[in-house]
Amino acid sequence: MTLTQSSIIPSKRLSAVHTDETEAAPPEQSKEWPFLHAPDALTQSSATVTKAGLRREVRIFLTNPNAIIGLVFLVTVIAVALAAPYLFPGDPLEMVARPFLWPGQNPAYPLGTDSMGRDVLAGIVHGARISLTVGIAATLIGLTIGVLVGAIAGYFGGVVDDVLVKLIEIFQTLPSFVLLVVLVAIAQPNVLTVTSAIGIITWPMVARLTRAEFRAIREKDYVLAARSLGYGHVRIVFREILPNALPPIIVTSSVMVAGAILMEAALSFMGLGDPNRVSWGSMIGAGRDVIRTAWYLTALPGLAIVFTVISLNLISDGLNDALNPRFSEERR
Amino acid sequence: MTLLSVRNLSTHYAGGRGTVRAVDDVSLTIEPGETVALVGESGCGKSSLGKSLMRLVEPTSGQVEFKGKDVTAMPARELRSLRRSIQMIFQDPFASLNPRQTIRTILTAPLKVHGVGDSKRRREIIESIIVQVGLPADSLDRYPHEFSGGQRQRIGIARALILQPELVVCDEPVSALDLSIQAQILNLLVEMKNKLSLSYLFVSHDLSVVRYFSDRVLVMYLGKIVESAPTAELWADPKHPYTRALLAAVPDPSRRKQAAPIAGDLPSPHNPPSGCRFHTRCPLATDLCRAQAPEHRLFGPAHAVACHHTN
Repeated sequence: MTLTQSSIIPSKRLSAVHTDETEAAPPEQSKEWPFLHAPDALTQSSATVTKAGLRREVRIFLTNPNAIIGLVFLVTVIAVALAAPYLFPGDPLEMVARPFLWPGQNPAYPLGTDSMGRDVLAGIVHGARISLTVGIAATLIGLTIGVLVGAIAGYFGGVVDDVLVKLIEIFQTLPSFVLLVVLVAIAQPNVLTVTSAIGIITWPMVARLTRAEFRAIREKDYVLAARSLGYGHVRIVFREILPNALPPIIVTSSVMVAGAILMEAALSFMGLGDPNRVSWGSMIGAGRDVIRTAWYLTALPGLAIVFTVISLNLISDGLNDALNPRFSEERR
Repeated sequence: MTLLSVRNLSTHYAGGRGTVRAVDDVSLTIEPGETVALVGESGCGKSSLGKSLMRLVEPTSGQVEFKGKDVTAMPARELRSLRRSIQMIFQDPFASLNPRQTIRTILTAPLKVHGVGDSKRRREIIESIIVQVGLPADSLDRYPHEFSGGQRQRIGIARALILQPELVVCDEPVSALDLSIQAQILNLLVEMKNKLSLSYLFVSHDLSVVRYFSDRVLVMYLGKIVESAPTAELWADPKHPYTRALLAAVPDPSRRKQAAPIAGDLPSPHNPPSGCRFHTRCPLATDLCRAQAPEHRLFGPAHAVACHHTN
């Protein structure tokens, strides 16, 4: 049906079907609007629209087998780490048996003992605490700094943006691992300093990502609407823009946890970890000297790192699919 | 008293390929209760004008006065409280609502920011306005993606009206909607205008909508207003050659022949033509038009035209 607009909208006929919209009754066919057959906003049931929102994202995530595997493994690691003091009471750095017990040789020490007679399984379980604590805490530090800097740079633009981008670039041009080693070497190596140092070298990545998201979202109409409604900057940044910028940041943060675990392991391997706490990296470092005779001392904590990092990456992929609506539609 | 008066407003965007003069030396007034339409082709600066007079885009020069107060010179804090009085309805109902907020949050936030009522009073206000714009009261706890385009535009209207503004800038509020929904939304706007004694600046490229809706029409071409007249007068007696061409381009089933289209495309706003900006496409253009920009001349009490050849 081809109709010109002038016939749809008779000029200056202002009396409207709209007045009977406030009643639930179906709209009567008004004499003045012979062309109007469209269902009205009120009578058109909005219940038919699929209820989605957060649930849809959770559903997509939970129907992704890879993400489930990652999640189950990570939850197990976290549970084991939390239960470590009950599973293996006492200091995992204590000598408990004869050195170089191979896995399976003594049922009391299923994963054997190392060159100093320490229980490898107890070490891995306690090491999970350090790895996860450092990984998660360092990511939180990096996220907080990165999101703040990126949000301010992306939202305000102009000179503020120029200065902050230069700051980000200064951090990114320095080789990050060298910077990490220097930072930890200057401070006393303990859990707190290692965590802060990893946070300090990872924030620029988050800042760049956040800045890019903010620059795109800043131009959207709903942000313009927020400005025209007289909202303050803080409200616009944290209530209007940030929730919409979060999906890629959440995805990145799960990869960041994996990266932080690896960095902590690398530092501990080099002897720059907390000397009083057992960690996966320090176990690998200690096993390095005897790798030809007792390779399991390197391989077992190494596998713990590999599986934890892989599970985090699987979770990250799953989150990416779930939180990126376009991507998940294409897959379906 | 004049509600809004804009004097010699210019908005230029500095870009990589030089300055774009989106709005160039525009003056206009809006009286209380009046609906003023701003029409023109895409890219002529209509939306930029609407946004600059609200200072959503900072104007380069010129003055905007709202009820006698100079908006352009206003400090940020004062501007924020003035926002209550000037609101905007956006073109794209899918982009203008935050997808992560429920309708209740979207409508409550403006009241909170401006300190209207306590939480009980605010709930009453949003529950009454959602019914007034023709949506069921249980829509409040839904998210924008659960609504159709027309329903979303109703939410956008509710948001614009919840602070009881005096002037509403409607930036092509129906051009993204189906025809039947357009009629509903236009009716809603008219009803709200009568109920709340609003003034509208109605930005549109759709002449039939403008004719139905507005009291006075401003025709814009390449950042300049070329003709302004009361709606009926403009349709009865268009003076500017551009206005004539625009009106002739509206489809009319009673007309046998196709209307002659306006020759050529809109010239680049980076480098607008000298003299009268329409001379590159104007059938009446002479050397005078190429050399000298025409001033606005009055033909009748409220009919101003910027053309050398009108008489």
